Amino acid sequence: MQERSDLMQALFGRLTLDAIPYHEPILVWTFVAAAALGMALLAYIQKKRAWGTLWNDWFCSIDHKKIGVMYMVLGIVMLLRGFADAMMMRAQQAIAFGDATGYLPPHHYDQIFTAHGVIMIFFVAMPFVTGLMNYVVPLQIGARDVAFPFLNNFSFWMTTAGAVLVMLSLFVGEFATTGWLAYPPLSSIAYSPGVGVDYYIWALQIAGVGTLLSGVNLIVTIVKMRAPGMTLMKMPVFTWTALCTNVLIVAAFPVLTAVLALLSLDRYLGTAFFTNDFGGNAMMYVNLIWIWGHPEVYILILPIFGVFSEVVSTFCGKRLFGYASMVYATVVITILSYLVWLHHFFTMGSGASVNSFFGITTMIISIPTGAKMFNWLFTMYRGRIRFELPMLWTLGFMLTFVVGGMTGVLLAVPPADFVLHNSLFLIAHFHNVIIGGVVFGVFAGINYWFPKVAGFKLDEFWGKVSFWCWLVGFWVAFMPLYVLGLMGVTRRVSHFEDASLQIWFQIAAVCAVLIGLGILAFLVQIFVSIRRRERLRDATGDPWNGRTLEWSTASPPPAYNFAFTPRVHEQDAWFDMKQRGYRRPVAGFVPIHMPKNTAAGIVLAGISLVCGFALIWHIGWLAAASFVGLVAGAIAHTFNYDRDCHIPAEVVTRSEDRRTRQLAATGA
Amino acid sequence: MSAADMIDTPHDDHVHGHPAGETHGSFKGYMTGFLLSVVLTAIPFWLVMGDVLGSKPMTGFVVMGFAVVQIVVHMIYFLHMNTSAEGGWNMLALIFTLVLVVIALAGSLWVMHHMNGNMMPMSAHEMRNLP
Amino acid sequence: MTQLRTSLALDADSPFHVAEHHPENGTMLGFWLYLMSDCLIFAVLFAMYSVLGGNYAAGPAPKDLFDLPLVALNTGFLLLSSITYGFAMLEMARNRKQATLAWLAVTGLFGAAFIFVELYEFAHLIHEGAGPQRSAFLSSFFTLVGTHGLHVSFGIVWLTTLMVQVAQRGLTVENRRRLSCLSLFWHFLDVIWIGVFTYVYLMGVLR
Repeated sequence: MQERSDLMQALFGRLTLDAIPYHEPILVWTFVAAAALGMALLAYIQKKRAWGTLWNDWFCSIDHKKIGVMYMVLGIVMLLRGFADAMMMRAQQAIAFGDATGYLPPHHYDQIFTAHGVIMIFFVAMPFVTGLMNYVVPLQIGARDVAFPFLNNFSFWMTTAGAVLVMLSLFVGEFATTGWLAYPPLSSIAYSPGVGVDYYIWALQIAGVGTLLSGVNLIVTIVKMRAPGMTLMKMPVFTWTALCTNVLIVAAFPVLTAVLALLSLDRYLGTAFFTNDFGGNAMMYVNLIWIWGHPEVYILILPIFGVFSEVVSTFCGKRLFGYASMVYATVVITILSYLVWLHHFFTMGSGASVNSFFGITTMIISIPTGAKMFNWLFTMYRGRIRFELPMLWTLGFMLTFVVGGMTGVLLAVPPADFVLHNSLFLIAHFHNVIIGGVVFGVFAGINYWFPKVAGFKLDEFWGKVSFWCWLVGFWVAFMPLYVLGLMGVTRRVSHFEDASLQIWFQIAAVCAVLIGLGILAFLVQIFVSIRRRERLRDATGDPWNGRTLEWSTASPPPAYNFAFTPRVHEQDAWFDMKQRGYRRPVAGFVPIHMPKNTAAGIVLAGISLVCGFALIWHIGWLAAASFVGLVAGAIAHTFNYDRDCHIPAEVVTRSEDRRTRQLAATGA
Repeated sequence: MSAADMIDTPHDDHVHGHPAGETHGSFKGYMTGFLLSVVLTAIPFWLVMGDVLGSKPMTGFVVMGFAVVQIVVHMIYFLHMNTSAEGGWNMLALIFTLVLVVIALAGSLWVMHHMNGNMMPMSAHEMRNLP
Repeated sequence: MTQLRTSLALDADSPFHVAEHHPENGTMLGFWLYLMSDCLIFAVLFAMYSVLGGNYAAGPAPKDLFDLPLVALNTGFLLLSSITYGFAMLEMARNRKQATLAWLAVTGLFGAAFIFVELYEFAHLIHEGAGPQRSAFLSSFFTLVGTHGLHVSFGIVWLTTLMVQVAQRGLTVENRRRLSCLSLFWHFLDVIWIGVFTYVYLMGVLR
């Protein structure tokens, strides 16, 4: 790189033309494809003249339902990116043996596995579960929106801003090569002098703000906004798990924020927290980040347990077996999840007493999870099971997740962990619980609630194709990794010498393609369903004979959710209402008070994005300016006192009348 | 119920005049808290600066005790914590947080202490003066 | 049910609906939850200081650096700002706008004095070669104390904003709620400071 003038340095910081990877064909073609897709999307929006709708009715919307849908879209888009990374890794490992070095240089390969982990956890799984909670929780508790609708919009855009930063690293500069938790000293400025780790830090910090705020928001929503009569022990299980999840979010994400802030102080100001010299201690980073990291895995899985509980009881036509034990198990997991973090680094060298304590707590935490599993089984026992798509995913989950949990208990035994630590056995284990748990659960949730969101069911044939591709693909793609792990193959390796291992990697690669087909089938399923929406239409709003309040409204629900707030008497409130001869009110509607849409969320998140970018590239003036802009913008927003509006009674009457006619047409 | 009432906002503030969950202290309460805090701050400073107790571990122990008491005083008189505010949720959140703070602090210290113990043997003095 | 103070006109005909449902405002609870999460950030910084606080890297130790009378002065400023904020809240409860604003201004000045002294202390330490880069002890010291200071600074910005808003619109429901939130924030920082002066300064000098 040639000498840069001081002016250029001041204007652009570390950002130079060399940061654009035009010399790497893979990235250039990725960029071309992404740009072409982007242009096509923009052209389509332009053709439909949808800019106004998109901006006013979606981007600025503070309707929890629309924000929930936007979270799901974000999750799907990022799933495609994360899965592309996975395919590249599988392909590389299947061919890079002996003299063949594969098509990815180690530096590029390292970025890919880091990006894969970061994206799948923070920008796929998190948006998916947050999206489900956002959409469903207010409907399940009979509320009209969340407690802080504006913050909800802001949270979404902050999460998106984080995702945009990660995507940006693909084409401007590089991403971290450190693995998804960026352990120092590797992630310190001495060993990772590039911008990769900075992209990692600021993407997570910005998205973390969004996650934390949405956690606070949903807790307050559940605590304060339940319909009259819905005591805590009458809440739907999904709402219970959402409550516990958000408690975990509020109690865990600050730790991540603080740890990443300390790492960035090390990198930007030269402090000595996690350094090898000046008294720093890199193991403290590992210790602290797992205090966040272990609750995080329960943040992902708890709401999914809730989804399965709803699905099982709905499709077995029975009240959930052991509701109270389900609730207590959830609460116990919430607390215990803070007592197991060290099992992620048994090999650190804390010794036998520490390791045995955390080994035992880890084994204990599997007990409430087991209790849940039995509750689902007993709910199915003598139930009238309907094998619709959500139920299929649930059965796939029960089979897969139990095996994943078992291998987890194996890893919880410290001596076994010393053998298996950082091996592909571990990789197989956590994919077994995350794919078998979170991903299957998200698909169950999408298939279950899609009719509520769109007003028509998802296509069954393509849903089944997707399910079987995923199930078979997962099992055959990851079982070889268990085998390899037991043979001692470690993770994050881009080239192997021992040719006898190659066949296992080839099997894994082929079946990863099968998972890819599962994703493709899912996209086809959505596309086909939209095409055939009239045939799949559900006018009743209750296509599955549901049991909780979200099924009592129209599909899609009106902006105000409920014309009148329902009164709850029983656990399965909607089922109870149907039993007792519920008649929908058809007159006497009143104006409904709702919050107003605002562009403040997307604007503030946009400024945060600029600020993050400037910090990554050490562009001082831009960072300072955008930070001041951010504070000023936030203050300016507080001067807006006019945040409410009313939906007039006539509008409510009109939309409720339309539903009345719809219901009459179906003969319900 | 008149139409005007029905149009009212969901925030019951407009109905009741002040925000829900807001607890005002009284002048007496604030003054009590303030005086207690002054005393509870002054004594530890005096103990340390004047080396009154003569024993460092003892002084440390007492000073920490005073801090805990003062935190409770602040919680009661300044933050108006009680078990009934917000239906008890504030208190529940506080207790949960304190448990986690204790777990994180004690756990980190315990874990790191054991790790340091298993590293190359080294005296506390050497440790302190590591480059 | 206690959690949901509901003001509703019961529709006698329907066991299934209420005519109007006004959930209680959740801002105070939400803000409290935010404070709890902030508390955990400080917990991490305290943990950092606990573990690394003894690693001087052959550099200065707390005994060589800390100026306890200065810390006592600063503690006094913060404590005074706490009680003056309390007075502002009492005036707010009595609906006296000017007095509220006056006490808020005094609170802000005490806060600013605290920040000023802290900056002086930091500048002094850095000048002596005991900056945050010197050792893990100093890194964790500066970060813990500095994070508290940043919170106070942010509190002052917020306080100024609120003063403008109260001056413009008076003690409206929203402004009262905001003042109550800032009250929690301000007193919460005081609680953190108790931990800081005891654990960092007093215990540091004892070490």
